[in-house]
Amino acid sequence: MAKYLVKRIFYLLLTLFIVITVTFFLMKLLPGTPLQNQQKLSPSQQHLILKQYGLTKPVWQQYLIYVGGVFQGNFGTSFQFSDQPVSYLISSRIGPSLLLGVQAMIIGVIPGILVGALGAIKKNTWVDTTTTIVSILGISIPSFVLAVLLQYFVGLKLQWFPIADWGGFSYTVLPTIALAASPFADTARFTRTEMVDVLNSDYIELARAKGLSKWGVIYHHALRNSLIPVVTIMGPLAVNIMTGSMVIENIFSIPGIGEQFVKSILTNDYPTIMAVTIVYSVMLMVVLLITDIVYGIIDPRIRISGKSN
Amino acid sequence: MADEVKLPADSFEPLDKSKHLDSEKIAAPNLTFMQDAWRRLKKNKSAIIAMIILIIFFVLAFGSAFFSPHNPNAVNPQLANLPPKWPGVNINGLNGTLVQAGSRVNAYQAAGAGAGVHYWLGTDYLGRDMLSRILFGTRISLTVAIVATAVDLLIGVTFGLFSGWKGGWVDNFMQRVIEIIMSIPTLVVVVLLILILKPGMSSITLAIAFSSWTTMARLIRAQTLELKEQEYVLAAKTLGESSIKIAFKHLLPNLSSIIIIQTMFTIPSAIFFEAFLSFVGIGISAPQASLGTLLNDGQKNFQFLPYQMWYPAIVLSVIMIAFNIFADGLRDAFDPQTKG
Repeated sequence: MAKYLVKRIFYLLLTLFIVITVTFFLMKLLPGTPLQNQQKLSPSQQHLILKQYGLTKPVWQQYLIYVGGVFQGNFGTSFQFSDQPVSYLISSRIGPSLLLGVQAMIIGVIPGILVGALGAIKKNTWVDTTTTIVSILGISIPSFVLAVLLQYFVGLKLQWFPIADWGGFSYTVLPTIALAASPFADTARFTRTEMVDVLNSDYIELARAKGLSKWGVIYHHALRNSLIPVVTIMGPLAVNIMTGSMVIENIFSIPGIGEQFVKSILTNDYPTIMAVTIVYSVMLMVVLLITDIVYGIIDPRIRISGKSN
Repeated sequence: MADEVKLPADSFEPLDKSKHLDSEKIAAPNLTFMQDAWRRLKKNKSAIIAMIILIIFFVLAFGSAFFSPHNPNAVNPQLANLPPKWPGVNINGLNGTLVQAGSRVNAYQAAGAGAGVHYWLGTDYLGRDMLSRILFGTRISLTVAIVATAVDLLIGVTFGLFSGWKGGWVDNFMQRVIEIIMSIPTLVVVVLLILILKPGMSSITLAIAFSSWTTMARLIRAQTLELKEQEYVLAAKTLGESSIKIAFKHLLPNLSSIIIIQTMFTIPSAIFFEAFLSFVGIGISAPQASLGTLLNDGQKNFQFLPYQMWYPAIVLSVIMIAFNIFADGLRDAFDPQTKG
């Protein structure tokens, strides 16, 4: 286990290093400078500004400085907001994004498991059909369409929750629902498939034959075993939520990382784009690592060493 | 002993052999792989409905060049923001009236439009016909998605086949490459690529294709690893067949169901990415429209003119739902063993 962990973390760092390198050189390929009114500035003024951003040094030096900085949590200075360190921009905005993400994960996954399990238990009845339809809708309808619909019906017509902005808990309700729809549908679908499989297995027959109550069998034997594979879809779900957050935060004007990312793209704020790319990658890699470890712990049938290739 | 019945040879009449040769044979007609899948797909009603809906959308979107009621880019500021009006229909929402400041007004009269003027789905903020724009936008969305999926298919299948077939360190290295790409959220990769390629239809297509082939590559590789141990591959090798020929004649046909199923799931995700990027503002640029840009335009003033958002939202959602249901149906048809 320890050996496996060390190996995984080594790969994680290597991947991170490659991500940093690739994004750095990609950004160097792009035109655009932090200068805002290039025509009005004299060459010496331009030189001063570029120097302030460290852009007068040769590219390889810039690269070394950048990599060194990243591992100390320094992502350079934003082009968009002068004198604003990117690390500050991100750290001040990560709170709302994390809050929404975690809420969406909880609201999506737990009901998803319950609904999926219910669909499997009541297979081929109207309950099953309804859950299947709901999960197809959740998978198909893009989160931003759902967000706009929620804004219109629940926010504008019913006025139950604020349409946009960021404040107390009530402000998080609509964006969380919009973000949670896709994880909910994915989990429900996946759980149903697994559960149908498990319910047909011999050990369920055995448990029934021993005279356990129906719900005892379902809870102790079926549900627990079908949840193990569900852990594996946590990585893709996290990606879903990260992707969704970019547009959801925009629609609801939430000061989070996703909104910042879109803003930075539209204003060619390269240092921020790079930093957000790195932050997203780190989050995804950590989620993948955790799910792999959890998967190994909860299912003794899986030999981690054999799984790594 | 009882009397034996004497039967002369001529009391027997030989039957026509050719007619009764197969009288004992019990067999259904031979079905090809595709016929077999189609037979199963036909039984799945929802998948067939989804397929018909998709065909209708494709015909409308790609035929819109010939029968689109208006030019989708023709600006007519005088007739801006008109609600939908169907000739002869008097239902609120379809009769060209609009609630303004608490009372219902006839927007067509207010704008000074002639008696014969009607827009089925209304007009947008520049007076462009919404129906034409939606048809046009659907065409762009579908084109981007299909071309992106085709490129994705090409890269994914080639990469997966090569990686699985070669094995050893080549395979190991190629899998590490995939792992690295997969550890960056797809959308971030798309965005980075679009920044480099400059926003536009072709760059969006390429960006989506380049960032979503990894799933296909992994599936193909896993299956190739299994297939290359099969005896028919060994036989082909023994007979001196070249690797490329084995790949095309033996591996690809056996991979086709995976490829078809995966393709059908890639198309809706490509539609989603295109709509997403256009919605955020880094996708298709004006005057071209896609479902994403239309939705974005509609969202800006949906408080007062909700119809501008409804129709693109409905079209996008219906296409996505139909693709997903159809893909599910195809998976069950091509791969009856899969659970689901």
